[in-house]
Order: sequence, then structure tokens, then C-alpha cells
Amino acid sequence: MGWFKRLKDGIQTATRNKKDTPEGLWYQCKSCKQTSTMKELKENHFKCPFCNYHVRIGSYDYFDLIYDGNYKILFDEYQSKDFLEFKDLKPYTERLASARKKNDVTDAITVATGKVNRKPLTIAAMDFKFIGGSMGSVVGERIARAIDYAIENRTPFMIISKSGGARMMESAFSLMQMAKTSAKLTQLAKAKLPYFSFLTDPTTGGVTASFAMLGDVNFAEPKALIGFAGPRVIKETIKRDLPEGFQTSEFLLDHGFLDFIVDRSEMKERIADLLYFFDTKD
Amino acid sequence: MVFLDFEQPLEKLYEQLNKIQQVGQEGELDVEPMIKELETKIKNKRKEIYGNLSGWQKVQLSRHPERPYTLYYIEQMCRKFVELHGDRYYKDDKAIVGGLGSLDGQSVMIIGHQKGVNTKMRQYRNFGMANPEGYRKALRLMKMAERFSIPVVCLIDTPGAYPGLEAEERGQAEAIARNLFEMAQLKVPIVCVVIGEGASGGAIGIGLGDRVYMMENTWYSVISPESCSSILWRSWDYKEQAAEALKLTADHMHSFGIIDGIIKEPLGGAHSAPEDMAKILKRHIKKAIAELQEMSTDELLEARIQKYSSIGVYDEVAPTEEGQ
Ligand SMILES: [Zn+2]
Repeated sequence: MGWFKRLKDGIQTATRNKKDTPEGLWYQCKSCKQTSTMKELKENHFKCPFCNYHVRIGSYDYFDLIYDGNYKILFDEYQSKDFLEFKDLKPYTERLASARKKNDVTDAITVATGKVNRKPLTIAAMDFKFIGGSMGSVVGERIARAIDYAIENRTPFMIISKSGGARMMESAFSLMQMAKTSAKLTQLAKAKLPYFSFLTDPTTGGVTASFAMLGDVNFAEPKALIGFAGPRVIKETIKRDLPEGFQTSEFLLDHGFLDFIVDRSEMKERIADLLYFFDTKD
Repeated sequence: MVFLDFEQPLEKLYEQLNKIQQVGQEGELDVEPMIKELETKIKNKRKEIYGNLSGWQKVQLSRHPERPYTLYYIEQMCRKFVELHGDRYYKDDKAIVGGLGSLDGQSVMIIGHQKGVNTKMRQYRNFGMANPEGYRKALRLMKMAERFSIPVVCLIDTPGAYPGLEAEERGQAEAIARNLFEMAQLKVPIVCVVIGEGASGGAIGIGLGDRVYMMENTWYSVISPESCSSILWRSWDYKEQAAEALKLTADHMHSFGIIDGIIKEPLGGAHSAPEDMAKILKRHIKKAIAELQEMSTDELLEARIQKYSSIGVYDEVAPTEEGQ
């Protein structure tokens, strides 16, 4: 468990997480193709200064953006193992090793606890770069332990989802994490602690069909891809093109599955507002 | 009879048997000894084939066109059954059926995926792929069962939740997630049995329970072997390898502690003796319900949460000191 400090001048990511955020001096926007400096991008909450495209960022970036200052990383000691001896074109052990080497985060979710405008909040945030943010046993276990921690310490709980879905290399164990995380969330609900589900680009598959859709409050970043089935699979099934804006945050808001969409620059204030409303001790 | 590719040796023997029986009917030739011999051969061949099935072959069996589906089992197991339709919000999904039945005097709410028995009905049942309203109907029936202390039985047999445009609009993910959340705390016993295909979220959407069983020739996985092949091998041609790698059979699932037991099928699979299969299934369900009814509601819910909380394999490494 380590403590991380956000530096005062602008937003500084923790050193261990450098590889999860865009690297280099320049950033070319994936959406509008305009180029900005990395400094401008960071000062703009990792959004394109020209078109407001929300660049995919990692768990530590969110912790830095949301927490007041210090936060504590929890349950990093639980790590994936290749129980099934799974091998496709590559053995799972190799995929795990290369994901660890590339990312500096130890799995597709990282748990932290800290304060947001002086109110406590435990957050589990996913990293897409770690095997597509896929959910295996460790994602489920870290969420389960984060929920136990939130209950013991009476803190609200938030999950920041960013996932392609299941970790196929863990087969049924991966599938069962849907049941495990949902079952654990019932304990949080019984303890009368609020659960916020924050969906970011992309959130699909078994993650959407379990904890991501179960928030007391569900909210998302603008224009995130959110769905159960992937767009390609749906297109192949129905054999016609998908409508413009299908499976975006805006689409989900319109269809009644999100409470609101929040711009990353207002994210912290909005979360702080929720914590204020749900804090019954005041 | 429909023979699968690995059953071809059997098909040949059956052809011979038919010919001999015809000869027997036509002439005065005594074919009785030959028939006896062939029947023994068939029996032995069947034992040989079925004693050594691969993961993929079990997947094939789980999809056998003559395999019994939910409504067949309900009809066989329950003297009385009233089907209950609709989710009360949008529609009646035809891929998930449910209703009140009686298992020798014990009322149960039986819910299950339903596939069609012929081309027309397969369409009508959407090949057992439910839309959100199917999961919401299931939940409505479960909540009703809870109010009246009626145990819930879920029969799982789906190639997956339907990946359609309207399914997304109406919240396929939310419907499945809600079921998991509610089933985790439903105050009555829940017994689940995979009777055919147990594919991914579509299966677990009615698959969280106090006891989960798989029939011998079924599979349960996070993804079908075909889709797994196409994603991880980037080709549709590795379904056999994918089926092995996913370790999706009842034997594997039981050894992992993910399911509570395996329900043996008659030799040749459930479809070869469906009435016997229904009897075996009924016996298992009745036994499980009786055991679960011994527990108090608190014990039941505690055990259920504990059961799911403990599923997962991972390493625990020494925490490292890092940061400032
Ligand atoms: Zn841009």
C-alpha cells in the first residue's frame, strides 16, 4: 500500500502510472486530429482543447483528478494467475507478464481510498490498457474487498468502469465475477452506503451487465461507448447499419439508463455534490 | 434419429440393424440372433463413444436438435403447471418461459430458457436468446415467488442474451445486472440447472442460486467456443481448441467448485431417453429444495453471498512499499 501525492502545480500523475496516459510532448486528438501540447491536455483534464474529446486515461489519473490530495492504494497484493493454463495464440501467462510490464498497474482495476472535498470515498477504477480492462478473478476480488473496506470504514463507494468485458482466459471464473460483484453490492446497499457507477469509454459486456448498471446513481463521461453486446456483433446479428450515436452515453441517457453525463472538468465537483447529498451525518 | 459427426460409427450400425429387420419382416429367415448381436455392438459402441467425449463434442450434444428443453421437463416433472406471461413493462419474451408448477405437492416457480422444437418454433423462441423483457419477466416471477415463500427453479439453456439493437435500447445489460443483484438476496431457495447451453451473461442472468448443477453433456462459459475462437485465434476454425481451453464442461466446472454437482444423463445423452432424464432431474431438484428448506432465511442468504464471494483464483503477493 502506498501513498500518492498530487502536486500543487497542475495535475501530476503518480510516476508509476506514466505508461497509462499519453506519452511525449505532443498529443494529436483521435477525434479532431488537432495537435496540442501534453501540458495543455493535462491542464484541460485530459480533454482535447479543441473538440473536448475525453482522452482515455488510467486509474491513477482519475484518482489524481478526484481526490483532494493524498490517497491510499488498497488490495494491490491480489494478482491474477493462470489457473486454467489457458493458451490461445499466446499463453495467458505471457499476456499477463506483458500487461504488467507495459502498464505499471497490477491488474485491470485499482482500488484507492481518500477524500473528495473532505468527504471520504473509496474508488475502484479500471484500466483499459491492462488486457482490455477485462474482468477476471482479481477484478472481482478487489471490488469485493473494496466493498468490505467501504462498509467497515463507512465510506461511500464508486466504480469507474472502463472495460471490454470478460477476461476470456479465465473462462467461467470470469463469468462468475458478475455474480460475485453484484452479490457484494447487495451488502453495501444493506449497509445503507451509496454506490456510484461512473461509466467511461468503453464499458461493455459483463462489466456493463453487472456492477456498472447497478449504481444508486449511474453517470458517464460524454460520448463513451456503453453497451452489452459490442457494436460489431450487433451489426452482424441484425445485418444492417447501426444508427448514429448508438450505444453512446447520450443514447443511454436518452433511454433511461444514466442519471447524467458529466464533463471531466466538472467531475470532481459533481461527485462531491453527490457525497454531500448522501452524507446523512451532517 | 439425428446423428452427430462423432456418432457416425453408430449410424452405420443402426443402418445395418434396419436392413436386417427388413429382411426379417420379408422372409422366413431367422434374423433374431443377428439383431441381438448388432444391438450388443451398438450398446458397446455407444459406451465407447460416450465414455470419452471431448469438450467440443459435449457442446455439440448440448445443442442436439432432439435434446429436451425447459417446457418438456416441466411437462414431465409437474402434474400441474400454469405458465405466467409477460414482464408487465413491455412484452412477453418467448425465449424465457416461467410459471407455477407442482413437484409432487411442492409448489415451485420454474423459469427457463426455451428453444424451439422445429424451424418455425426456433424463430418464435428466438433460438433461446432472450431480450431484456425475458430477464424482467423472470425477475417478476421470482419476486412473486419470494412473497409467497415458493422456491425458485431456473433451467438454463441459451446460446447467449440476444445481441440486438432493441435489446440494447431497452437495457439488456441493466436487465441482467438487476437479476444478479436481486437473485443474490431473494429470500427463497434458488436451484439452477444448466440443461443445455450455458453461454455467458445470458445464462447467468437467471443462473445465480443456492445450488447450481449442470447436466453431464452441457457447457457453461463466459463465451461460446466459436466466438472465443474468432476473437482469440482470429478465425472461426479453432472452436475445438477453444472448447478445450475454456474448460467449459460439467467435470471441469465441478472440479473448480463453481457448480455444486453434475446430473448424470442416460447413455447417449438426454435426448436418447428424455423421460428418464426428466425423472433424474426432478429427483435432484426435489432433493436440493428439501435441503435448502432446512435452512433459515438468514442462513440461506448468508451462505449464498459467501458462496459467490469465494469464487475466484488469484495470487496474493507481498504488498510493496512505494510512492512518497
Ligand atoms: Zn480534438
